[in-house]
Amino acid sequence: MILDPKIPEGPLADKWKNHVDHGKLVNPANKRKYEIIIVGSGLAGASAAATLGELGYSVKCFSFHDSPRRAHSIAAQGGINAAKNYQNDGDSVYRLFYDTIKGGDYRSREANVHRLAEVSTNIIDQCVAQGVPFAREYGGTLSNRSFGGAQVSRTFYARGQTGQQLLLGAYSALSRQIGLGTVEMFCNQEMLELVVVNGEAKGIITRNVNTGEIQRHSAHAVVLGTGGYGNVFNLSTYARNSNATAAWRAHRKGATFANPCYTQIHPTCIPVSGDYQSKLTLMSESLRNDGRIWAPEKVGDKRPPNEIPEDERDYYLERKYPSFGNLAPRDISSRAAKEACDEGRGVGETGLGVYLDFSDAIKRLGEDTIRERYGNLFAIYKEITNESAYETPMRIYPAVHYTMGGLWVDYNLMSNLPGLFVMGEANFSDHGANRLGASALMQGLADGYFVLPNTLPHYLADVPREPAPSIDGPEFVAAEGEVMERTGKFLNNNGTKSVKSFHKRLGEIMWNYCGMARTKEGLEKAIELIQQLREEFWRDVRVPGEGKELNQALEQAGRVADFLELGELMCRDALAREESCGGHFRDEHQYPDGEAMRDDEAFAHVAAWEFKGENEVPERHVEPLDYEETKFTTRSYK
Amino acid sequence: MNVKLRVWRQKNNDTEGGFENYEAKDLNPNMSFLEMLDVVNENLTDDGSDPIAFAYDCREGICGTCSCMIDGKPHGPETGVATCQTYMRSFKDGDTITVEPFKAKAFPIVKDLVTDREAFDKIQQAGGFVSVRTGAAPDANAIPIGKDIADLAMDAAACIGCGACVAACKNSSAMLFVSAKAGQLNLLPQGQPEKDTRVLNMVASMDEAGFGNCTNQYECSAACPKLISEEFFSKLNRDYMKASVKTLFKAKAL
Ligand SMILES: Cc1cc2nc3c(=O)[nH]c(=O)nc-3n(C[C@H](O)[C@H](O)[C@H](O)COP(=O)(O)OP(=O)(O)OC[C@H]3O[C@@H](n4cnc5c(N)ncnc54)[C@H](O)[C@@H]3O)c2cc1C
Repeated sequence: MILDPKIPEGPLADKWKNHVDHGKLVNPANKRKYEIIIVGSGLAGASAAATLGELGYSVKCFSFHDSPRRAHSIAAQGGINAAKNYQNDGDSVYRLFYDTIKGGDYRSREANVHRLAEVSTNIIDQCVAQGVPFAREYGGTLSNRSFGGAQVSRTFYARGQTGQQLLLGAYSALSRQIGLGTVEMFCNQEMLELVVVNGEAKGIITRNVNTGEIQRHSAHAVVLGTGGYGNVFNLSTYARNSNATAAWRAHRKGATFANPCYTQIHPTCIPVSGDYQSKLTLMSESLRNDGRIWAPEKVGDKRPPNEIPEDERDYYLERKYPSFGNLAPRDISSRAAKEACDEGRGVGETGLGVYLDFSDAIKRLGEDTIRERYGNLFAIYKEITNESAYETPMRIYPAVHYTMGGLWVDYNLMSNLPGLFVMGEANFSDHGANRLGASALMQGLADGYFVLPNTLPHYLADVPREPAPSIDGPEFVAAEGEVMERTGKFLNNNGTKSVKSFHKRLGEIMWNYCGMARTKEGLEKAIELIQQLREEFWRDVRVPGEGKELNQALEQAGRVADFLELGELMCRDALAREESCGGHFRDEHQYPDGEAMRDDEAFAHVAAWEFKGENEVPERHVEPLDYEETKFTTRSYK
Repeated sequence: MNVKLRVWRQKNNDTEGGFENYEAKDLNPNMSFLEMLDVVNENLTDDGSDPIAFAYDCREGICGTCSCMIDGKPHGPETGVATCQTYMRSFKDGDTITVEPFKAKAFPIVKDLVTDREAFDKIQQAGGFVSVRTGAAPDANAIPIGKDIADLAMDAAACIGCGACVAACKNSSAMLFVSAKAGQLNLLPQGQPEKDTRVLNMVASMDEAGFGNCTNQYECSAACPKLISEEFFSKLNRDYMKASVKTLFKAKAL
């Protein structure tokens, strides 16, 4: 299989403009005749649906949520990047491009990243015009903050609720189009199959989660903006219902899955407190500006933190990375915390935690200053743990936060399956092997507002102006049959174990063997364990209730079944990538000082996996990455 | 700790519902209320019974999905939090806790504790937006907006659309929800051109959906997980009066 990225000709900085200038268009009078299915109403889905509806296409937008506003994007906190250079601190499109390529550890496509940086400025204009209440200075202009991986201040924010405000902006634009009748919104509808007609994506099968009704929908093109797959790990900072089913069903129908092993693990989250835990909560990275991270030096030291004397504490980041100290990057800090806990030096009830200690900062700056800087985060911490971080150190531990991998797409955001487009976190994205903070919101809105509305017409212009395929066609009947069969299997299985129990066990395997540090033996073992678990799942899962009603266990069963396949693919990808880069760290590939060792000669490429059938070994395809503008360098934080 | 639960069970909106009793044992006080329900559901599943349907997603108080009446209060005993941010330490060992869905004519029951809040989306579609074409926006810094106005707009924009305000109100009024959204946009310069139509259309849509009248008891603000202020009411009322008068006299914008 040849994976042609379809990167336009010309100098890097002109590619996008040339592409838009010379792309095919659809006559305004004909746009209405093209039906487009958009699955997802997060930042990517809502912005694309609103924009395409406004352009005149007939859009049908689907979400399993009860309202478009509930998509997981709502939970993003920190901010969104844009190369506005409002701070006059030397920012530019080029600098944002360069930071993103480097932050991604040289594993993303230059042309895509440059385009992302170019349109970033339009995003902020658009959001402000919609009434998004970004933070402002007293003079009335927009305020910025700094984020990791950059030396300029280019992050726009709305308190600690940037994702909420951006999504509500996109939702308002979408609501307007729904009111005008250009977009038909289908809430509470979960896509369970992709329909492929003559090799092209032409429809979906959905289940109404409230009534259990199965529906067929056809269109001239199908767009997925269905989010990331971090919940393979069970515990993560994702919303509980985030899942990979839409992407995975498309993968099984022929769309290749790119770089599945690239997952981002965020170092500062509130640790697991018990067996019942359903969710991990992020504590902003900004805390590491003033907090010092440590673990007890002695194995099994169970004394309360304030009884552990200074010389029995190991400030391990300061020890290992003297020049960056507590501000070492996400991947490195996460791995170091894991090491301390693996050695038996972890703290808290479960032993999976380290301290983030503010006592020095409070001594130096006073409690008021710390309250002013981090008061809201301390409050969240207190709400969840019932502990005051003013009095005792926070306990933190790394948690799964984002997935850089996803369905493979070309420069036009089209997968290798014609007619299937993928946006936002669901595609394999512009972030390479590691995403910089505040860049996911940027990418979701770039894809939905500016990229797809300019690339989708290139495809549609060549699609015959006939009605979309009939939903009575054999492909639709067959796809619906597959959904019915799966649903029936779950409900009639009469097993003994709950869906949740399987999800939890899968999460443990993934976390232990395909988490922060990976080895050949571990990954091989994980593949075997997942295969066994999958077999047990289908034999022994119990799904109570009926199909024709709201049945949350049934919804989860379908999602966990797909996670059980995707998890294996992630391990295979991690196994095949014999190097360390960004969020993918192989113990075998490190410098003597523990730094990640990339192998640019052998692995400067995208790995895209082709589904070969159930329980069959998938095939790995490669898209080479050519770097014209940037040069490979090695990261070091000593 | 152990608690007893009285939970509202209802198959769908067309059938009668009623309370069922459950026991939740060996709980950790640091468990969230929803994690406690997870545990109850795992036990129900193991027993071959139908688990309790309840709405949730982000579990950190921002998506607005969760929506339980706990002992008669939307989102439970604590102020300024959603159900998912309510922890078992807010209850005492041995307590009996009553759990019901948000009840309002405009929020039909889907199942058990899950309600349909589409009426809120309809209100948004009627006017909760600024009409601006994608790509047609001026530079973001072209219109300066004072920090105080921007902050106030953000206070209103913090609404998570959960419907606690409606559930708390004896008339099931949606005034807090509408005044927050309309208030956010009407405060900002970007929202001025459509200010009148926005309030008229949103209020008409609210009435049409079957929400009741506001009698200024402010139970809504007290129950709001984001503590949105009832002061946005007076702004909505003012904007509404002005817009109505203008339409009455068919005033031209001269
Ligand atoms: C706690 C947290 C904080 C974050 N903070 C930041 C930040 O500060 N800055 C930043 O840039 N990024 C941040 N991120 C990352 C960022 O929020 C996400 O990557 C981004 O919002 C994803 O947007 P999306 O539109 O691709 O998908 P989502 O918002 O996940 O939307 C997915 C949509 O698809 C729908 N869907 C999915 N599957 C189906 C199906 N089968 N059928 C029907 N509908 C379906 C869902 O209903 C939903 O509408 C954060 C992430 C987390 C977890």
